[in-house]
Amino acid sequence: MEYVAPNSLDKAAEIAANARGSVRYLAGGTDVLVQLRSGLHQPSLVIDLKRIPGMLDVVRTADGGWKIGAATPATTLNAIKELRQSWPGIVEAAELIGSTQIQGRASLAGNLCNGSPAADTVPAMLAAGATVTIVGANAERKTLSIDDIVKAPGQTHLKPRDIVASINLPARSQKGADAYLRFIPRTEMDIAVVGCAVNMSLDGETVSEASVALGAVAPTVVLVPEAAECLLGTRLEDEAMENLSMSCRAACNPIDDKRGTVEFRISIAGVLAQRAARTAYQRARERQ
Amino acid sequence: MALDDAFEAREFKVVGTRPIRPDGIDKVTGRARFGADASASGMLHGAILRSPHPHARITSIDTSRAESHPSVKAIVTRDDFAKELSGEDWNVLENVMAGERVLYDGHAVAAIAATSVLAAKEALALIDVVYDPLPFVTDVDEAMRPDAPVVREGVADESVPEGMNPNVVRYHENGHGDVDIGFAKADLVIEKTFKTEAAHQGYIEPHACLAQLGADGNGELWCCTQGHFVAARICARLLGIDASQLRVTASEIGGGFGGKTTVFIEPVALALSRKSNRPVKIVMSREEVFRATGPTSSASMDVKIGMRKDGRITAAEGEFRLQGGAFPNAPMEFAAMAAFAPYDLEHVRSKGWDVLCNRPKQAAYRAPGSPMGAFAVESVIDELCNKLGLDPIEVRIQNGSKEGSRAAFGPRFKRIGLIETLEAARAHPHYRAPLKPGQGRGLSCGFWFNHSGETSVTLSLSYDGTVSLAVGTPDIGGSRASMCQMAAEELGIPFDRVRTTIADTGSLGYNDVSHGSRVTYASGLATIKAARDTIQKCCARAAEEWGIDPEAVVWEDGCAKPSGHNAGDFEPMSLAEIAANMGDTGGPISGHFEATPTGAGVSFATHIVDAEVDRETGAAKVTRYTVVQDAGKAIHPSYVEGQFQGGAVQGIGWALNEEYVYGDDGRLQNAGFLDYRIPVASDLPFIDTVIVEVPNPGHPYGVRGVGETSICPPLAAIANAVSNAAGVRMTHLPMSPPRLLKAMQEAGIG
Ligand SMILES: Cc1cc2nc3c(=O)[nH]c(=O)nc-3n(C[C@H](O)[C@H](O)[C@H](O)COP(=O)(O)OP(=O)(O)OC[C@H]3O[C@@H](n4cnc5c(N)ncnc54)[C@H](O)[C@@H]3O)c2cc1C
Repeated sequence: MEYVAPNSLDKAAEIAANARGSVRYLAGGTDVLVQLRSGLHQPSLVIDLKRIPGMLDVVRTADGGWKIGAATPATTLNAIKELRQSWPGIVEAAELIGSTQIQGRASLAGNLCNGSPAADTVPAMLAAGATVTIVGANAERKTLSIDDIVKAPGQTHLKPRDIVASINLPARSQKGADAYLRFIPRTEMDIAVVGCAVNMSLDGETVSEASVALGAVAPTVVLVPEAAECLLGTRLEDEAMENLSMSCRAACNPIDDKRGTVEFRISIAGVLAQRAARTAYQRARERQ
Repeated sequence: MALDDAFEAREFKVVGTRPIRPDGIDKVTGRARFGADASASGMLHGAILRSPHPHARITSIDTSRAESHPSVKAIVTRDDFAKELSGEDWNVLENVMAGERVLYDGHAVAAIAATSVLAAKEALALIDVVYDPLPFVTDVDEAMRPDAPVVREGVADESVPEGMNPNVVRYHENGHGDVDIGFAKADLVIEKTFKTEAAHQGYIEPHACLAQLGADGNGELWCCTQGHFVAARICARLLGIDASQLRVTASEIGGGFGGKTTVFIEPVALALSRKSNRPVKIVMSREEVFRATGPTSSASMDVKIGMRKDGRITAAEGEFRLQGGAFPNAPMEFAAMAAFAPYDLEHVRSKGWDVLCNRPKQAAYRAPGSPMGAFAVESVIDELCNKLGLDPIEVRIQNGSKEGSRAAFGPRFKRIGLIETLEAARAHPHYRAPLKPGQGRGLSCGFWFNHSGETSVTLSLSYDGTVSLAVGTPDIGGSRASMCQMAAEELGIPFDRVRTTIADTGSLGYNDVSHGSRVTYASGLATIKAARDTIQKCCARAAEEWGIDPEAVVWEDGCAKPSGHNAGDFEPMSLAEIAANMGDTGGPISGHFEATPTGAGVSFATHIVDAEVDRETGAAKVTRYTVVQDAGKAIHPSYVEGQFQGGAVQGIGWALNEEYVYGDDGRLQNAGFLDYRIPVASDLPFIDTVIVEVPNPGHPYGVRGVGETSICPPLAAIANAVSNAAGVRMTHLPMSPPRLLKAMQEAGIG
């Protein structure tokens, strides 16, 4: 196995394009290293992205959005107060990953590219309408939505030589907020049995825009537009909450495994959706 | 001077204080050497090929491709171990390396020694094993069915009634009185069926060893073990060598909890070393620890108890079915014996069944069998108290075993402290603290026998008057500190003048394993007696010097003093003075003691638990926990408290989330700490402790073992708390969120 740490994206793309055998990109390595050790992957080349300028940086874009370098660890995100204020759901999702030590390394891009349906930050990024800037084989740039990337457990729609350069978050409307919640049997160091992100904007006290995403209840993280629909025009009255739960449960297509049964995951999806919606609503109201 | 084992009340100077543990600095600085920290020049690395099948016939093993790998120096299979073993020796060998069949997922079939870890692992893939898969069974109740796949024929002993599935291999029964008469006198009889899943000891340090064995049968073994003397004995048998030719040294140990009382990789490393003529190191991965070392048994149990309206238990009956993997000796008799021990019952009957399944061979785990039995019995008592509107502590005090009570399993108890723990629990503020909505409180008692075992200790003086104490029981809970304290107490010198070493098997007489909560009791007793032996020798040296009768010399405050009509005739002679001159006064001075003591005192505990249940998700959280336990005498109270807290924490894991999950394919689904969920720190409340001291009449200071009793009540106490919070009786552990939510939904709650 060979290891390289190029100092530009174009260089990385070139090395990847010319590589023979399998390539793994290395961001925080909290998935990659575990997979190497367990023998799940045996790449012939590991390309470390952390030496590339910008990969560890978070910048505010001209339109008020955010550009998050692909290898930026969770702790960096949490340290940026304005980011926490605009996208509290994304930051809290990143802050749920593993433990303090893991968060010192784990990145949003790594979480996305690892392809786990239980990845914590992916529902939050999906609900936020985040986009991903990619450097392809001939160093050409393109921008995709999160939905374009998630595919199946352990797989993404990225091409083998595609490198994620950044995760881009849109500007936050003045009266909006998001929230992410997951269910785990322990209090930390666990994988989501169900995850749910809700992002919304208010008009006065009424929900004017909403999106809802679920994790760990289907082969990929899923956006649930029917669930978001239930929130529109409401102030989260009981009936809206009941409908939200029902649509989330209907959107579930989970499996029985060591982490939870089908029926359990379906039940919990409805519960978490309500709780996440309430938190997002509360946050949005407080921002006004 | 008292020289027998009997308890004698006295004032202590060192015992009962809390000095800093002598092994602490090594551990926090990383200097302590654990199993994987050893290496030797020319060392090879071993790796073990394991079965992917829960049950299969091994049609053939072809090692030729692996042998031609340039880094591979030796390959062993079952052929490389002793033939014609029988009984438990055969069982251990069969578990260490499969013979004709693999009996569980993870069962070892071959091993390789190569020049690097990576090469050894890579070469495993070059061993071609042809398996013929067989039907399998992993659940204890299913394994007992007449038509269940048979794990092994011909294992059952004569205790098993005719006509049962061959998987049922032992039967046990105890009790007295006539339960039918007793149940007829009850106002309320409750009968329920319970299940607990297999839990792993979960020690942080995976098994590791470094072995060297020559063709002449002369060898050295370094390993992390709870008992190196026993390891030497078993390894010698499995390899067909003499036990005294194999010198075994115990490394520092990163936890064992019973799971390191036997051998797994040690005989394999020795066999690889013998074949390659090089030192061989094997370090298990966490996955191997889960798949191939002993978890505890899983259990299925029926318990029936009758109670009068005034709280008196009129009769109790239980049946305890435990599977211990593909080998006999699941601790079903301990479950059946311990379950009713806290209660003084006129009519009681208890039965146990030992059942084979296609799972790894169970290994001891803190009070084997007792926590499950207590879960079933104490849950039914809780339900009876709820239904009859009785206070759970008062009912337990009313029915509790005392000195002279006849235990369900036969003997009459000597002096015991159950009632004292219940009274201390009743007096604790926790018991009266108000509960918040959504919370419930649970209580349970627990019992463990405690063990003594073969024990040999030598205490030697150095010229500077310091003391070297050699014990043969690996320190799994701070016992070196306790030994130093007991030696210092007897000798009348400061704690830090004594260093305790875990001697290797070439340096001391045979010692049983550090298990059965025996170390502070038995090695402690032997330390006290070795110190007294030393004192006697020191007094004799002083008498010789003074020209008086040795009987006329007493030992006080670390000095020999003339007594009786010689009192005051000579200046006291200190231990340091006697040691400084020992070469000229007769030679080195050391005291020794060896015995299998017989006075291990049983121990009881009472735990109080508050739990909170999220009725929408089934998540249960322990919010408050108090352990009250009889320690007899706490030599080092901090380590006694540590044992209390550790038992409670492991109990919380077992009760709420820890379980071996088997798939439909008979393979273990969660062989790692991610999905085998031991509690993390943030899952736990502060665990409060109360040490009760009712002296054990069989130890000079009154010590009772404390390491195991602390895990006997938690399963029941937590289940009672969770059941009371959830409003539904939980009869299947762990009470993981899916199981708890389902139970609440089925009961129409939430
Ligand atoms: C102890 C522990 C606990 C964990 N707990 C959680 C948890 O609670 N929730 C959770 O969601 N995850 C958890 N994880 C998984 C992991 O930490 C996360 O998925 C993390 O976000 C991965 O980020 P990383 O930067 O470490 O990725 P890496 O391991 O570096 O990479 C992950 C994958 O993404 C690819 N990749 C990385 N960067 C790029 C890029 N720029 N372009 C293209 N491909 C790329 C890699 O090749 C690899 O396939 C845990 C892991 C561990 C070890």
